[in-house]
Amino acid sequence: MLELSARGAAAAIAAGSLSRGELFDAYRARAAADRAAAGDGLNCFTWVAERAPGEDSGAPLQGVPLAVKDLFCTAGVPSQSGSRILEGYEPPYTATVVSRLTGAGASLLGKTNQDEFAMGSSNENSAFGVVRNPWDRERVPGGSSGGSAAAVAAGLTPWALGTDTGGSIRQPAALCGIVGLKPTYGSVSRYGMIAFASSLDQAGPLTRDVGDAALLLRHMVGRDACDATSLEFPQQIELPTAERLDGMRLGVPEELTGEGIEPGVLQAFRHTLEQAQELGAEVQSAHLPHAPHALSAYYVIAPAEASSNLARFDGVRYGFRAEGASDLLDMYTRTRHDGFGAEVKRRIMLGTYALSSGYYDAYYGRAQRVRTKISEDFRTAFQSVDFIVTPTSPTVAFRLGERTGEPLSMYLSDYCTVPMSLAGIPAISIPCGLSEGLPVGFQIAGPAFSENRLLAAAHALEQAIGFDGGAARG
Amino acid sequence: MARLARLALGEDELEPMARELSAVLDHIAKISELDLADVAPTSHVVEVTGALRPDEPRPCLPREVVLAQAPEVSGEGFLVPSPQA
Repeated sequence: MLELSARGAAAAIAAGSLSRGELFDAYRARAAADRAAAGDGLNCFTWVAERAPGEDSGAPLQGVPLAVKDLFCTAGVPSQSGSRILEGYEPPYTATVVSRLTGAGASLLGKTNQDEFAMGSSNENSAFGVVRNPWDRERVPGGSSGGSAAAVAAGLTPWALGTDTGGSIRQPAALCGIVGLKPTYGSVSRYGMIAFASSLDQAGPLTRDVGDAALLLRHMVGRDACDATSLEFPQQIELPTAERLDGMRLGVPEELTGEGIEPGVLQAFRHTLEQAQELGAEVQSAHLPHAPHALSAYYVIAPAEASSNLARFDGVRYGFRAEGASDLLDMYTRTRHDGFGAEVKRRIMLGTYALSSGYYDAYYGRAQRVRTKISEDFRTAFQSVDFIVTPTSPTVAFRLGERTGEPLSMYLSDYCTVPMSLAGIPAISIPCGLSEGLPVGFQIAGPAFSENRLLAAAHALEQAIGFDGGAARG
Repeated sequence: MARLARLALGEDELEPMARELSAVLDHIAKISELDLADVAPTSHVVEVTGALRPDEPRPCLPREVVLAQAPEVSGEGFLVPSPQA
């Protein structure tokens, strides 16, 4: 039963050959054991549901358990975004995307560990401790949705919800050997997501295969009156069936497939391109001339927005408050000093600097202009190719602690994923093989709202690759 | 900068913070090489129209539900230290 895909489990429940209660209990037992082991296990979960939800509702997701990243607000359930500053916070409301999924029949299995406020690429910045990679416990699972990715890969949940600001779904999916999709910005409501960088944050699925990503996404998208930036998705999300890529033009940008990419990763990437050609795809080179500047622009825009979003954490209305303050200002600064971790403080400082009087034009203003150029690069590229393809992460999963002392080398983990985030376009990572025994991710990006075509192409490729993630499920 | 961001950084934290931020800022400085004079800034990537709605009163969360999450309350409000102790 634990080997079934999420949609396979939903179908078995609908057909009466599988009990939703038994399925929930089986996953609950695995998730609760990992929670109880904390740092001695993978440490994927920050909270696990006590009991199975109610009886059959007949809703399409049929009670299949769902793990949800900690930063989604869930009414009456701890939601801390991996931070000490939200210690004990149980929101009085639920994020729209979570309500939609439970409304469609998903059962909340638990909340997953993450980098604090989604800032990180290794899940080493969490108040709940590091998450370990199920392929090699001495290595990181990626981040910031590291708990979600590791839980899916290890078979502690059939699927999970994550968020992606600069790569936080795709990079951990790649490092854990699973599928991760960042949808078009605006297609999924952000209401109830504890904000990091509002112009970039987007929720998406982390799943064992492409079909499950499509099914989960189908029930996530749509306009929400509570998020003025959300949009009606133009079509229903279809379950992909494509097995060929005939006539499909895949663009390989030289800017993201050369220097800085590990040889083993590049080898797996090139092998996948050959498989795509065997399926009928045409592979050609493409140009994204401003992509090498994407990371710089991102590390201005995201911290700037974060410094503003995180101003609300002041010890007044919810969460943690430091003791012993002499006056109000002292209470704010002590609470924020003790409540935020090192990386969050670093980004608040960076963002405050970039937005400060006299530096605004040089940093934030320029970064927003670079963002325009990056969007234009993609628009131009999509005139001659259907998709842009790259390795998802420049490296396979790195060792715990390897990059914690060097923020810049950590930030380079997002080199291939940040350009799509800045352009707001959808991108999926699928596992395409192993390098040194560790998974490699293959990223496919398309124009805004091309999710159905993207999923179809990813599905065809997935069938040809035949990646086996069984080793991580143990 | 730490004062602006309402972060009480200790003396021992300032030096590593300054060093790490300098390395990041050096990397970011590469965007100053680009000619962006005629480029419009992007603040939002997807075109949204008709985001306005009628300004009608709607029920909000009950006071006791909201106050239940606060570190300290006094009667009907949040309790904080005095601004001038």
